[in-house]
Amino acid sequence: MSDEPIVQFQGVTKSFGDLVVLDSFDLDVAPNEHISVIGPSGSGKSTLLRVLMTIERIDSGTIKVDGDYLWHMEREGRLVPANEAHLRKVRGKVGMVFQQFNLFPHMSALRNVTEAPIHVLGMAKEEATERAVELLNMVGLSDKMESFPAQLSGGQQQRVAIARALAMRPKVMMFDEVTSALDPELVGEVLGVMRTLATEHALTMIIVTHQMGFAREISDRICFIEGGRIVEQGPPDRIFSAPESERTRAFLKAVLEV
Amino acid sequence: MIWNWEFVWAEALPPLLKVVHITVLATLYGFAIAAVLGLLLALLRRAPVRLVSWPVVGFIEYVRSTPLLIQIYIVYFGLLPALDLDPTPFFAGVLALGIHFSTYTSEVYRAGIESVPRGQWEAATALNFRLTQKMFRVILPQAIPPVIPALGNYLVAMFKETPLLAAIGVLELLLTAKNTGSYTFRYIEPFTIVGVFFLIMSIVASLGILRLEDWLKQRRPG
Amino acid sequence: MREDVSLLVFARELLLAAPVTIEITLGAAVLAFAMSILFGLARLSRIWLVRALARIYVEFFRGSSALVQLFWLFYVLPHFGILLEPITVGIVGLGLNAGAYGAEIVRGAVIAVDRGQYEAATALNFSRSRTMIRIILPQALVAMMPPFGNLFIELLKGTALVSLITITDITFRAAQLNVFTLQSMEIFSVAINVYLVLALAIIFFMRSMERRLGRGLGRVGGVS
Repeated sequence: MSDEPIVQFQGVTKSFGDLVVLDSFDLDVAPNEHISVIGPSGSGKSTLLRVLMTIERIDSGTIKVDGDYLWHMEREGRLVPANEAHLRKVRGKVGMVFQQFNLFPHMSALRNVTEAPIHVLGMAKEEATERAVELLNMVGLSDKMESFPAQLSGGQQQRVAIARALAMRPKVMMFDEVTSALDPELVGEVLGVMRTLATEHALTMIIVTHQMGFAREISDRICFIEGGRIVEQGPPDRIFSAPESERTRAFLKAVLEV
Repeated sequence: MIWNWEFVWAEALPPLLKVVHITVLATLYGFAIAAVLGLLLALLRRAPVRLVSWPVVGFIEYVRSTPLLIQIYIVYFGLLPALDLDPTPFFAGVLALGIHFSTYTSEVYRAGIESVPRGQWEAATALNFRLTQKMFRVILPQAIPPVIPALGNYLVAMFKETPLLAAIGVLELLLTAKNTGSYTFRYIEPFTIVGVFFLIMSIVASLGILRLEDWLKQRRPG
Repeated sequence: MREDVSLLVFARELLLAAPVTIEITLGAAVLAFAMSILFGLARLSRIWLVRALARIYVEFFRGSSALVQLFWLFYVLPHFGILLEPITVGIVGLGLNAGAYGAEIVRGAVIAVDRGQYEAATALNFSRSRTMIRIILPQALVAMMPPFGNLFIELLKGTALVSLITITDITFRAAQLNVFTLQSMEIFSVAINVYLVLALAIIFFMRSMERRLGRGLGRVGGVS
């Protein structure tokens, strides 16, 4: 993992009013690395993903994706705020799955997956459909192609959402507490899909999760963040069995004892 | 007995039947304008540039707070001649109705757009849709169906305002009834027939809208 | 320069007609308010016949067009030997029409008052009418204010219709001046702005009413 990082946060700060959610935040993610971000609620985990998805703006600092600045562009050697065209270009390398699925309720599962490839990537309808069928097969929903989101269980909806994000061929996939809105018995099927992605596909994954066991199993690295900063990071085994920071220890103790 | 059925069949009703389509067409054309222009206003109102959104808000409030009748006069006597158009009263009246009610429908569309959850915008961003694609492929298909009954109520409201076109000489139901009255010196039958027509049509339409509302609710559980 | 002078002349002429518009607006508003409360509560009566009559009033005046109603009152009533001043016809016609819309506002606001308030009043052994007048209506009134404000504006806009039954209100004068001078754009622009000023006055008045009523119920300001 000595390549150029595929995602690079440098001194990124983001506040909502007086509340600082990212505090000159630094993070490098290597290609095909699987990172799990853990931490108490309000620690800035989700904001980390949302600024990388360009859903939230950043106040200062820079983010690079695959060598390009995300929120900035270089003009005559200076960094200026990115325009929409630049954002669209860089944003295309990133995909995201949401806690609340956010499937389009007026489209079938299949159309949820084909809509963006056709209209954003300009893919031919036949090709987009073929790929969508493949992806829905992979997430185990070959029999639900024509179903609408309201007819699907939460776990099924979330698997469609994963297929939808993958259909855009992102280099980096982000998962924002994707099992938190699910009934406990449905969590497994979504984690199963993510496990397949992690083991069988070349994909950079940034996962925000409360599923500590899953994070430990799937990740190359765990980042514990609190107060908008990384408190501690390292290989899962070390973080979970021998955390160095007192705060990490306290957090893990609290969540693992529930 | 003051009411005279013979007069109804012989003199009051026939001229009204000949013009009922004018009232209906004025309503339909006017509403077509209101439906399209209202959506346009609702979208422009969301423009991130205040130079666009503020005048739109001002226009909406201005038109909503002032009499339709004066607006009909402005369009017929002022605006269209100033644009070097020689309008028929019908065209001017329909245009004024459409503009007036577009300020109401724009608020309906706005409420619909605002009721779409934020997550839908976020998912559309994550899939890299352009702004217009987000609006037309993701947001509006969800925003419009639930507000169709509210739009329908304004269709009925506009229908009941079509008699105002009589003021610029459109021979619709009310003016026709008035003319019958002034030839025959009998007003009760023609005006009552017109009133009953509006009453029946709007009650039937309102019941239809209620059923539509129920149907929409059933179609989308939750 | 000539245009400026004529604009001022138009403004003066139209303002001279404004008292008629204001008189009809206020007269109809008072009538509409009374009808709203009366028929809004009647819609909720326990007596079947009262509810039915209220329903008929509401559906009738909302369903048949306002201008048709005015014309009917103006042209047909004399056949029954009822001779009213045109201004009276305007006030009664517009007031009854707006009252039908207002009754639905009152009904909705009363229904929206929390059930617990009825239960508390019952627990205190209040009579039904006493509960309504002392407990429910004061609270419902606050909720009624914004829709009543809109209805007030609609009423002002509706007064322009009286120009079609020979009343010399702002719109009537504007139409008259239009015939005399043919400076349509100028005249009607001035007229519409006079209405706008009146509408702003109503909005301002309703805001201060809302604030006053809200304060009485501790909804605005204060520590909760």
